[in-house]
Amino acid sequence: MTNYIPKTQHKRGQLFDSLFILFLVYVSLYIPLFLESDTKSADETTSAQVITWESLDVSPVEQEQWQKLGFDELAAAEIINDRFDYTIDPVMLIITALVIIGYFFFVLRISDRQYREVIAEKFGAASQANNEQGDAR
Amino acid sequence: MSQSTSTGGDQKRISMLKVLNPFHVWALGVGIVLVGEFMGWNFSVAKGGAYGALIACWVIGLLYSCVAMIDSEVTSTVAAAGGQYTQAKHIIGPLMAFNVGLYLVMAYTMLEAADALIVGDLMAAVASATGYADLNPQPFVVLTIAFLAWLNYRGVFMTLTVNFVITLFAFLAIIALFIGSDPLNPGNILKHSDLLTELPYGWIGVVAALQFGMWYYLGIEGTCQAAEEVRSAGRAIPLGTIGGILTLLVAATLTWYVSTGLMPWQYLGQATTPLYDAASIIGNPSLQIVLFIGTMFAAIASANGCINDAARAWFSMGRDRYMPTWFGAIHPHYRTPFRAIIFLIPIAVSFAFTGLLDQVITFSILSGLLGYTFMSFNMMRFRKMWPLDVIKRGYIHPFHPIPAFTLLALCSVVYFATFLGYGASLLSIMAFYIVASLWFVKRRYQFVKRGDQFTMPWPRPKGY
Repeated sequence: MTNYIPKTQHKRGQLFDSLFILFLVYVSLYIPLFLESDTKSADETTSAQVITWESLDVSPVEQEQWQKLGFDELAAAEIINDRFDYTIDPVMLIITALVIIGYFFFVLRISDRQYREVIAEKFGAASQANNEQGDAR
Repeated sequence: MSQSTSTGGDQKRISMLKVLNPFHVWALGVGIVLVGEFMGWNFSVAKGGAYGALIACWVIGLLYSCVAMIDSEVTSTVAAAGGQYTQAKHIIGPLMAFNVGLYLVMAYTMLEAADALIVGDLMAAVASATGYADLNPQPFVVLTIAFLAWLNYRGVFMTLTVNFVITLFAFLAIIALFIGSDPLNPGNILKHSDLLTELPYGWIGVVAALQFGMWYYLGIEGTCQAAEEVRSAGRAIPLGTIGGILTLLVAATLTWYVSTGLMPWQYLGQATTPLYDAASIIGNPSLQIVLFIGTMFAAIASANGCINDAARAWFSMGRDRYMPTWFGAIHPHYRTPFRAIIFLIPIAVSFAFTGLLDQVITFSILSGLLGYTFMSFNMMRFRKMWPLDVIKRGYIHPFHPIPAFTLLALCSVVYFATFLGYGASLLSIMAFYIVASLWFVKRRYQFVKRGDQFTMPWPRPKGY
């Protein structure tokens, strides 16, 4: 079997390839900004009602700790009322699962094909190796 | 001395120095991670409440125990720079290796950017507290990255010796905080009975908390990057890695215990520096200073370890022509991958200045998670292709294949947790790896010399 002779890459090509990967990284960092906000807050607005420690359902010990941290009831209310919403969109969940599974399937499959080339070049073709083992027996 | 080459296909053959011992390996792994105890882990409290964060700490602790066991076995056998990247190259194939290399570079470079931001913010906070308000933290971010890169450039021994000292100090700071919180007298300083609540979002919140539970341990697998520079890979890597995960389990549990006994869960869930805040509540000025220095050291140690690991992964990819060969060079005097170290400096700085800390951190976590998913496939194939009696291992992990299956199952749950919090980022990052994979197959693979991808003195793998 003839060994594969890789192409030689010039400096300009090396620079281009490095910048291309960086470009991809930045694009993927910025994409979510153009999509809908990921984490929705269930109660983003603090209601206009008068806020007291009692209305925040905070125990005396909790109140004491909030105050040690430098928070009054108004400042604490902003944090206490900011809650996550874990509503699941089943369609997006299925799409996401398929993307992850599909990605690994693709990578493992192509890797296996490439790995066979590596092994064939390193150890010789599989049939040749089998023959050698047979002869040895 | 290692027999590794200096560049991908160049004339000179210069090796890295084999100067590290198990303490350096411990310092590399724990150093990268420990900053997660000082900040970051607590976002899991916001996601699922205090108990949700504790469950996340233990479940993710199990995930990382599997990672440490698997990694120790494979790395003690594949002792080469690049860590998991080199493992993938020998066990799964070039495209997987390319992806694993990218996971490592992205996870560490982005974590490094976040660490440097923390150092800058801490300097600004100190300036503000001492009457110098409005200090611009950006020069400190650049200085931190530049100084640590210089340290890395000059040699791995000094780099990781410094990491050992500052990591040990940061760990002892957590112990000091625990002792200072008077744990033997519950109710005196620690008020768990009043502050611990039921699960605020139920069990779905606990699942969501798993994403930030990764912060307790993210990066411990980086110990493998030292494989080519330790004096005895078969001894140092398992000792350093498993010692590291035990250290982190202790640190994570103490961190959770003290913090949840001092702060309401809603505050804790969004705190920037929860351990420093804990010291402030206790009201002991000496403890506050120790925790401040501990936080600073933890962030610096993490950035330092990240530069070390990202550069070695990038260097290894260059050496194998997966990325441009220019990066695959070792400094003739310092024996470090100097071009890779220098190249990643401006990239880390630019990540720090994007203003997209959420996305940068999610990118880092998800890249780590993809790497752990790979490890489960990797372990299954490794044992199948080279059974225990075929090649000698420095360490054999017990209960195979349970850790590999457990790891895969836990990774799947953490993907779901990431979907709950950062669904769009998850898809966007997956799109990056898919496009990068296509690019590798269509363009980069033509530059790769096939036979050179297998350098271990192993027999032909079974089934090939």
